[in-house]
Amino acid sequence: MRIGVFVCHCGSNIEGTVDTAAVAKATLEFPEVVYATDTMYACSEPGQDGIIQAIKEKNLTGVVVASCTPRMHEPTFRKAVERAGLNRFMFEMANIREHVSWIGKNREANTNKSLDLVRIAVEKLRRDAPLIPSKFSVNKRVMIIGGGVAGIQAALDCADGGLQVVLVERESTIGGKMAKLDKTFPTVDCSSCILGPKMVDVAQHPNITLHAYSEVDSIGGYVGNFQVKVKKKATYVDWELCTGCGACIEKCPSKKNPDAFNEKIGPCTSINIPFPQAIPKKAYIDATTCRQFVKGKCGVCAKVCPTGAIRYDMTDEIVTEDVGAIVAATGYDLFDIKKIPEYGSGTYPDVITGLQYERLLSASGPTGGHIKRPSDGKEPKNIVFIQCVGSRDKSLDRPYCSGFCCMYTAKQTILTKDHIPDSQSYVFYMDIRSPGKMYDEFTRRAMEEYGARYIRGRVAMVYPKGDKLMVRGADTLAGTQVEIEADLVVLAAGAEAAKGAPQLAEKLRISYDKYGFFMESHPKLKPVETNTAGVYLAGSCQGPKDIPQSVGQGSAAAAKVLALFSKDMLESDPQISRVDIKRCVGCGKCIMTCPFKAIKEVEFRGQKKAEVIETVCQGCGICTSTCPQGAIQLSHFTDNQILAEVNALCQS
Amino acid sequence: MNIINLTRDHDEDFVHRVEEESGQKVSLCYQCGNCTAGCPYTFAYDIPVSQIMRLVQMGQKKTVLSSKSIWLCATCESCTTRCPNNIDVACIMDVLRHMARREGLAAVPQVKTFWDSFLDSVRAHGRVFEMGLLINYVTKTGRFWTDMDLGPKILPKGKLALKPHDIQGKEHVARIFERFDRESNS
Repeated sequence: MRIGVFVCHCGSNIEGTVDTAAVAKATLEFPEVVYATDTMYACSEPGQDGIIQAIKEKNLTGVVVASCTPRMHEPTFRKAVERAGLNRFMFEMANIREHVSWIGKNREANTNKSLDLVRIAVEKLRRDAPLIPSKFSVNKRVMIIGGGVAGIQAALDCADGGLQVVLVERESTIGGKMAKLDKTFPTVDCSSCILGPKMVDVAQHPNITLHAYSEVDSIGGYVGNFQVKVKKKATYVDWELCTGCGACIEKCPSKKNPDAFNEKIGPCTSINIPFPQAIPKKAYIDATTCRQFVKGKCGVCAKVCPTGAIRYDMTDEIVTEDVGAIVAATGYDLFDIKKIPEYGSGTYPDVITGLQYERLLSASGPTGGHIKRPSDGKEPKNIVFIQCVGSRDKSLDRPYCSGFCCMYTAKQTILTKDHIPDSQSYVFYMDIRSPGKMYDEFTRRAMEEYGARYIRGRVAMVYPKGDKLMVRGADTLAGTQVEIEADLVVLAAGAEAAKGAPQLAEKLRISYDKYGFFMESHPKLKPVETNTAGVYLAGSCQGPKDIPQSVGQGSAAAAKVLALFSKDMLESDPQISRVDIKRCVGCGKCIMTCPFKAIKEVEFRGQKKAEVIETVCQGCGICTSTCPQGAIQLSHFTDNQILAEVNALCQS
Repeated sequence: MNIINLTRDHDEDFVHRVEEESGQKVSLCYQCGNCTAGCPYTFAYDIPVSQIMRLVQMGQKKTVLSSKSIWLCATCESCTTRCPNNIDVACIMDVLRHMARREGLAAVPQVKTFWDSFLDSVRAHGRVFEMGLLINYVTKTGRFWTDMDLGPKILPKGKLALKPHDIQGKEHVARIFERFDRESNS
């Protein structure tokens, strides 16, 4: 092998504490190294041209670049090597920036360590062999999990781009949290007026198949060829026949169930359509409250249904959808305000969440759009809003900012003034976070034009006094304790990962953080990608987001899917595990440990053997350390290569 | 400071009066603290000017009008110049001083006496008669030794005349005072 070594200055990032010229010179002593040089910016165009030129002039067959992390520029250099006519896997990288120059100041020690890292890379490269990726076809259907505004946007953009879309929604209607909102900031336009048309588009789009009241059961396969089992939960109503007329809802005798769509501040019937604009506008029966199921007799809905759609014997059904990509858009849930007992939620009915307040404001809500407090139905005059309830609180293990509460609280003070002109809103805040177009202007308008009284400080306790709630807190700007006699207390409950998010992440084989939010591939440069090929993210499942951000991510995820599907064939990464069939004893340990289900059992001349499914293997290497025979080896990370690297390090 | 009950102790009328008399909108203040940062008198204030603004927003009439700060303000207008929301903070301080005076409040009586002595002098002579002002102020406050060390420096320069020298038409100036009295009483 004829190896070339290129030691990068990275401006002063590396050269500042590493003598790159000395490193380059010393590497010429290493076996099979025939060319070495230092270079200003190896990743720049002249830098890459230098590598290509050296490969051609010196007839190099392998290249080592000592520079930054391979996460940064490995693809760059692989492409450069390929342009010069080499196999792109005949390339190794030594990370002398993150692992050396950025963490140490001693130039001599850094230079020595850099040399060691290059030595290791050279020993690895000497044992590399050219790898050829295999190609496989792509199923150009996409599944969107979650029918909130992010999922709706992703579904519509994909469908408009000509893809077949399968949209899976847990509830009986799409719309998500946005469907529950009255108005939206900072324009104060009606939420259902802007979301409604999009929901109708989903229902009518010829390319979209909607599975409402359904959940993802299991996911198999890999990018381009996923098999998703979707559990269609029993609605006990034949949706083919249901016309959404509402006759059943009118006659249902079980009327006092907490209405989940109205955030449990209003009652609903056991057979129900959550709201008038529901998509699909189909009834479903909640079997936990329905008299037919609980007491075994009733059957009123079956009698009144004009189309005979009621099916008490319906069971859950599993359908399998084959798709090439998946977008997770499962949204968020609210922090449980009962976890802060001093605010009195759960004890006093007039302490409610911001989302419950949205339902009180909404014309389609339980009060018909009149603000009436839950306890006695009176119109409140003094309303206290408390921000950061379950946000920015380490003691509650919620250290993050939920992002949109400052804005919706400001909006709610404005709407309150519009609904009840002689009301007074008070807002306890820690900081006002309004970084968006026309956002800060909006919060200022709440204070300046609508007279909301903002108090910088926290609330210590809420306690009853007559028919009022006393709110005791601090005004740190005035440097004093304050109290307010409130008629209604609205808590800006923080955003949490949606219930069941970690379990879904495990099915999708994507990472999630300690709070259950899904991990993006790169926090800045790959915000809607995940580390699992073919799985993308949109909206609040990745972290709290407001509507514009969620819509933006929905479109972004759709663009990623469309780009993926623009190719008919995909290339798999050839750096995967391979089984040496002569050594394999068919013990099956690798099959058990593989987190990607990428190894299957095969019969070979009457003997059990393991076989790696090339397109599924992600090259993690768990099987190689499990195999008692050393029969399964990860290409370019073989036991021999690792031993050679250790030897190089120990013998230097 | 006592606990403030924001529903009961918020004097909205006071906020409106301050806004009306100053022509400023106090809800514009977002409490950045630029006024206090630049105020050269904070060392002597009992309440920093940004907190005066906050207390005005909160309708805390009594606390504000009993504060020393409003009397110690020299109207240098650093606060006004630096306010990012273009609030004329010095003007608000001035308005608060007037309101305190009307309420019979003067947390720093010497300052009020000085202003009174100064204006009495202008009213009588059409301009200030320094020696008369001095005697008036000292007899009312009993502060005989105030700024006495400056005497030897300014007396030889003729800056402190022993007799008043009225301006021509001082009765016109006096008439301004009369009209002010008449209009503020009506």
